[in-house]
Amino acid sequence: MNLPTTVIKPRPRIAVVKFASCDGCQLTLLDCEDELLAIADRVEFAHFAEASSDLQEGPYDIAIVEGSICTEEDSHRIRQLRANSRHLITIGACATAGGIQALRNFGLHEDFKRTVYAQPSFINSLAESTPIALHVQVDFELRGCPVDKRQLLEVILAFASGRRPKTSSESVCQPCKRRGNVCVVVTQKIPCLGPVTQAGCGAICPAFDRGCYACFGPSTSPNMTSLSKSILEPNLDPAQASLLLQSFHAASPPFRNESIRLWQLSKPNQPPADLHPTLETPRNDKSAHTS
Amino acid sequence: MTNQPTPPDNTPGSNHPSDSDNPKRAHNPNGSDGTTARSIRVPILTRVEGEGALNIELHGPSVHRVELNIYEPPRFFEALLKGRSIHEVADITSRICGICPIAYQVTAAQAIEQALGITLPYELAALRRLIYCAEWIESHVLHIHLLHAPDFFECHSAVDLAKKFPLEVQRGLKLKQLGNRILEVLGGRAIHPINIAIGGFYRLPSHNDLSALIPAIEQGLSWAVDASQWIATLPFPNQSFPYDFVSLAHPEHYPIEDGYIATDSPDTTGNSIIAVKDYESHFREVQVPHSTALQSRRIHAHQPTNASTVARETTTPTTDSNYFVGPLARLHNNRQNLSPIARKLADTLRLDTSQRNPYHSILARAIEVVFAFEEALRILRALHPTRTPKIDFTLRAGVGYSATEAPRGLIFHRYEFDDLGRVLFAKIVPPTSQNQGQIEADLRTLVSQIHSEQDLFIAKSCEQLVRNYDPCISCSTHFMKVHIHRR
Repeated sequence: MNLPTTVIKPRPRIAVVKFASCDGCQLTLLDCEDELLAIADRVEFAHFAEASSDLQEGPYDIAIVEGSICTEEDSHRIRQLRANSRHLITIGACATAGGIQALRNFGLHEDFKRTVYAQPSFINSLAESTPIALHVQVDFELRGCPVDKRQLLEVILAFASGRRPKTSSESVCQPCKRRGNVCVVVTQKIPCLGPVTQAGCGAICPAFDRGCYACFGPSTSPNMTSLSKSILEPNLDPAQASLLLQSFHAASPPFRNESIRLWQLSKPNQPPADLHPTLETPRNDKSAHTS
Repeated sequence: MTNQPTPPDNTPGSNHPSDSDNPKRAHNPNGSDGTTARSIRVPILTRVEGEGALNIELHGPSVHRVELNIYEPPRFFEALLKGRSIHEVADITSRICGICPIAYQVTAAQAIEQALGITLPYELAALRRLIYCAEWIESHVLHIHLLHAPDFFECHSAVDLAKKFPLEVQRGLKLKQLGNRILEVLGGRAIHPINIAIGGFYRLPSHNDLSALIPAIEQGLSWAVDASQWIATLPFPNQSFPYDFVSLAHPEHYPIEDGYIATDSPDTTGNSIIAVKDYESHFREVQVPHSTALQSRRIHAHQPTNASTVARETTTPTTDSNYFVGPLARLHNNRQNLSPIARKLADTLRLDTSQRNPYHSILARAIEVVFAFEEALRILRALHPTRTPKIDFTLRAGVGYSATEAPRGLIFHRYEFDDLGRVLFAKIVPPTSQNQGQIEADLRTLVSQIHSEQDLFIAKSCEQLVRNYDPCISCSTHFMKVHIHRR
């Protein structure tokens, strides 16, 4: 008998596709300097416009999606990509939560357009920046602004070999303690979102004497009320506390709801409304999605 | 509705039929006989940062239209900065671009510091320059090896290129890693670093951690020299365009984070130097229908320099003109201030920027990588231990501006904020929006030179030409304020 000892499967075909974003998450893939050529042996990058001019047609085994949906065309494009892909993974805050550009979901989209463009009518963009999961079924969401390199590799290799990725679900406080950081809230009264933020970055900010600004988004079941009472309200006025929650995951429901509550608290003695256009007309919570 | 920026018509998942061998090329029924109307479309520009397309229309031999079509959705950064604290500006603006976040963070911090009258002490200013060097290394090496070099060898990607040049590509990845390592030590992480604060840094790495970088950077310098010698052997196409090279310049050193604006052609008053504070009276942005990125123009007439230089566009004294920012412009305007090894290399590798050959950009980039390593070493060797990561300041209302040299060229920021440190106004002009007009002018000339070639060749040549600029399309889309309505 002369049978091969291992079954050689064809390399999974991967598409890396960008929507509204900064490119940082797909750059994370190119930042895998030690692993890049080895990964290219394990998987086939069939469509990766930032890295290759050889753009192949689908279907794809795995679509890796960066960016949020901000235009009508993109909402069409993501549905087609989904239909053409066996698995679809979103990477980064834009794709999983709408990103910093989702601040416009809080209202006044037309004002935003007028602020930036002389002729807003040329600009075709939706009133809201929405996460991919609001448009199509997503098989796995990897958080981070940007995503962490080790986690990204784990997710790609896990999907390539047909297993569930192993990523942490704890909050930033746990890796922060393990790293040996001194708590910035306790010792320096620096507001820190670590207790309600998904781990994955390695607790970088507290290691540099600053509070976590939640670029990995809310952890599982974050206790927002407790965060506000024990960390935000004693150290910040409500308007500042509200804005702290309105960054790269502003549209994630726990952050969004708490930031609106804090903003409403701040209203009686706060500055003119036009300074905070993003909070003036909160919309219905369309961004709720299961993660 | 108008002719808005439109998205690609055959991104993954699209059901548009296309040639599977070359899915990006529009079908051309008219061949290349030069007698009928032809339109060539590159629906997705590849190996660039962000999303753009090219539209070319030819009527016989005449070029009817060439457009760099930027359809990347706008993200309205200048609007969403309104009302935010000055302490958040660096972190928010860095999200404009994952490839050059330090350019945004340092420029924003400097603009705010300028408004507050903060001058950084030597050690902190030197570390800001060091982290900027790291970004030049990371961004330039990425572009040289992963995005641009494949063009010169008919390769689709760096992975393909690695089959022909395994050592060179591996060396490039190691160089890139060194840039990222400096970013991680000083900035916390490579993409969207977290350590730039108003007045300095949040926390300084220990002197030992910084000193420990020196041996690795020494090794990097020698690899960077080898890499630039390899790049100098690339088959550069002959080309010469009438560029107006605009960059920062500084009397004492090669410009990164400070200096005045130097131009290559004097304005009507004979002046070729512009103070950073006067940026907005010399350059303005215009909106064009086919792009979500505003385009910049220099406000003045070209005063032709002496006849030994290449021919320039004829413009009337009141016409705005295109200009060119980036490594080639920087090197042209500041060659005498390059670090010793980089300067010697520029000479021995015979980089002649006065030829104004855009294809030499990759070599200028390679020489700047050598410079960035030398500069990083110089800074680290001269550094004294310092304990204070940032200097204190008193908050007050103000207006501040700053211009620095992002890897892709000049970047300008201006902010106005109130006495509580809340941003009232933001203006950000990234390098690619400044180059956009020049890119289109280059393409127009190139297409007129090669109009009789096959469509595929034209499309490919145009893409390669665009890559000379290392365009950063995410950047170009998100900025450019025109005016703010305040109610």
